Amino acid sequence: MQFVKPDVNINFIGKRKIAFAVSAVMILISIVSLIFHGGPRLGIDFQGGTLIQVKFSAAVKIDDIKTGLQDIQLGKSSVQQFGEEETNEYLIRTDSSVMTTEGFTTDVKNALASSTGDEVDIRRVEMVGPQVGRDLREKALFAMFYALLFITIYISGRFELKWMISGVMAAALIGAVYIFTLFNVSIPFLILLALLVALVLFWFLELKYAMGAIVALVHDVTITVGLFSLFDKEFTLAIIAALLTIIGYSLNDTIIVFDRIRENLRKYHKNPLEVILNRSINETLSRTILTSLTTLLVVITLFVLGGGIIHDFAFALIVGVAVGTYSSVFVASPILLAWQGRQRKK
Amino acid sequence: MVFVVIVTAIIYILPSWKPALWPHKQINLGLDLQGGMHLVLEVDTEKAIESHVERISQEIRELLKKKRIRHVAIERVEGIKISAEVKKEESIEKFRALLDDEYRDLRELSDKKTDGVQTVMMDIPDSDRDQIEKLAVDQALETIRNRIDQFGVSEPDIRRQGENRILIQLPGIKDTQRAKDLIGKTALLEFKLVDDTQSLDSALEGNVPPGREILYKIDEDPQTQRTSKTPFLLKKRTLLTGAYLTDARVAIDSQFNEPYVSINFDKKGARIFERITGDNVNKRLAIVLDNHVYSAPVIQEKIAGGEARITGRFTTEEARDLAIILRAGALPAPVNILEERTVGPSLGADSIRKGLLSMCIGGLLVIIFMLIYYKTAGLIADVALFLNILLIGAGLAGLQATLTLPGIAGIILTIGMAVDANVIIFERIREEVALGRTPRAAIDAGYDRATLTILDANVTTLIAAVVLFQFGTGPVKGFAVTLSLGVIASLFTALILSRLIFNYISVNRKVKTLSI
Repeated sequence: MQFVKPDVNINFIGKRKIAFAVSAVMILISIVSLIFHGGPRLGIDFQGGTLIQVKFSAAVKIDDIKTGLQDIQLGKSSVQQFGEEETNEYLIRTDSSVMTTEGFTTDVKNALASSTGDEVDIRRVEMVGPQVGRDLREKALFAMFYALLFITIYISGRFELKWMISGVMAAALIGAVYIFTLFNVSIPFLILLALLVALVLFWFLELKYAMGAIVALVHDVTITVGLFSLFDKEFTLAIIAALLTIIGYSLNDTIIVFDRIRENLRKYHKNPLEVILNRSINETLSRTILTSLTTLLVVITLFVLGGGIIHDFAFALIVGVAVGTYSSVFVASPILLAWQGRQRKK
Repeated sequence: MVFVVIVTAIIYILPSWKPALWPHKQINLGLDLQGGMHLVLEVDTEKAIESHVERISQEIRELLKKKRIRHVAIERVEGIKISAEVKKEESIEKFRALLDDEYRDLRELSDKKTDGVQTVMMDIPDSDRDQIEKLAVDQALETIRNRIDQFGVSEPDIRRQGENRILIQLPGIKDTQRAKDLIGKTALLEFKLVDDTQSLDSALEGNVPPGREILYKIDEDPQTQRTSKTPFLLKKRTLLTGAYLTDARVAIDSQFNEPYVSINFDKKGARIFERITGDNVNKRLAIVLDNHVYSAPVIQEKIAGGEARITGRFTTEEARDLAIILRAGALPAPVNILEERTVGPSLGADSIRKGLLSMCIGGLLVIIFMLIYYKTAGLIADVALFLNILLIGAGLAGLQATLTLPGIAGIILTIGMAVDANVIIFERIREEVALGRTPRAAIDAGYDRATLTILDANVTTLIAAVVLFQFGTGPVKGFAVTLSLGVIASLFTALILSRLIFNYISVNRKVKTLSI
């Protein structure tokens, strides 16, 4: 059985302008949505707050839950249905990290029981203080940054045998980040700065593959984050884990294509680069699609059957894998052409 | 070698399946799967320093009294500074001598004279402060560990995190509220005299006489659950603290059939208690725990022997918990809960069920897909996949890592990713066959050319997983572990195991066409 015939020849590179436009629009939508929502919607992990998951034996009105919460000074909480409807589970969220000592759960239980007239089962309580939230936020951003950094070092080292240059560059970047932290620059800004510096360096050092890889990665992560913001979903620790996985995984396809490009460059070095790129993408198309397909298969299963806690995590992975496949064909490879344009101008 | 790996894996994984079969450890389940509580506490070290400074200033005051040096005031000010005001040249001289003799380690901040009153400001040097802070956290850790041990939790994990934080993990705990109360109470037990000579009413209006304070007794009616507060006017000076306790036990009052906590003092404590009770017969002695009055009985007579009882309207459970925290001792400083994650056991069981279900369905889908798409080769990939899961399980058991819900998600994800390596190889082999190579040559070429690509692709995932492991806490760390294990296992199964099977087929069976 074969989905993609061996003699397939689609002119991917020729359509790169359309692809760039599509990507640009998606990224633009992501950024606009982020600005519109005032940044990503942070879960209690990163913002501090309290989350209570309760289960009733029968369906209750959300308003009744809210009335009950009002009695114990939690009136400002948001209440929403959680998981499938027939489980009668609700998620209560407040921004303030209430002190959960001294009979807190008992209070909640009693208040809800009296306002809804139903037995309450408190299934999960999560309280994160603002201080811990801040720590986790910083750690998460740094984790993303370092993952990107190490991966690009590996790529440029493996593909262009420029271990020295990439090593020195990494040291310079880490140094720069360290110096900037001394000046108290806010961390998202800092990481943006570091990424920009990295891209400029890649450009001038002609680390083409690393450049292609990192642009594709930033593209994937931005769109995933944007979609999250668009659907008004929350960022939690698990979502960061998903994003990091996407960073690691969406490169798989890119690497397959890059590998083939290198091989073909040796084989048919007389052909123009565009032809070689196209040929490589077409040759590897079936595996690009298949590998993503098997992964999507399991991630979608997880999305459908995994339950409420893992739902958003699976969603992030689905988006990431899908966008990652697209970007390895339409974003990462065409970037290699950028230098050609530069050489022609000279 | 493959054989050895598989057998080792089976040895490791079997105990998790049938605990009785092997005396090896099982796979640990995370708190989100088996239910339990995760707490991060912060020790308020500032308060520890404050109480240390308070103690020193009290000491100086008593010493001055003993040596009959006239002083205006010795007080703790601005949190952690001591301000000493002394009048008259002669007294000032003596005071300075005393400071030089006994309190060399206090740091002098300022020293000025106004209207004949010498005011000296002192505080503790930074190195001493660090020492006190460190000690406070150590002590808190020890005390909390004692309390939890006595409370009876199986396999608690209590450790220091960073400078002044304590991480507590209590798996399988049901009554989380009770555990939290037990851990979080400072449990500073103090004995103070009730001042019945002054008017409580005027004090309540805001005219608290110097050296006095108002503390409340809080009662909860067991039927209506309504609380009532009773004020007491107490002398601020603490006569005796829980530091002298040797034991605390629950006993039942034979008269009212109510539980109470009986406490025993050590020799020194007993002597102090005897003196207090002897000096203050017919006055009321308040028993204060964490600034709440528990009871304030009238002292009938001098009590020798160092035994006292704390009454209140306790339930047996409350009395038991109080005894535990008194036995384990007071925390050197209050603790604040910075982070709490509690998962009920029913939710944990749900998560396991849903996780395993999605794992089976997802795995089945992939297996069927591979079979249809690649036929015999797909079967080989499926065998590799099955072994892959076995290896992850064995890795978890062998490393004593914890399996969490995101961890299960990680396994599911690696099911999808593990066949990727096979797909890359198979596609390559197909290409080689299309070029007209014999099956044997095609297999060799396919594996040789695909190996590097697969390595590269997996190293990037591994890098992300390692970074995640560094950054993650609890559940997320579990995901990083299974993901890394999965990547390594899939490298092994795809590059070594499936190739072995292929070689066996192509060499021993001498197949003419590949079923791929």
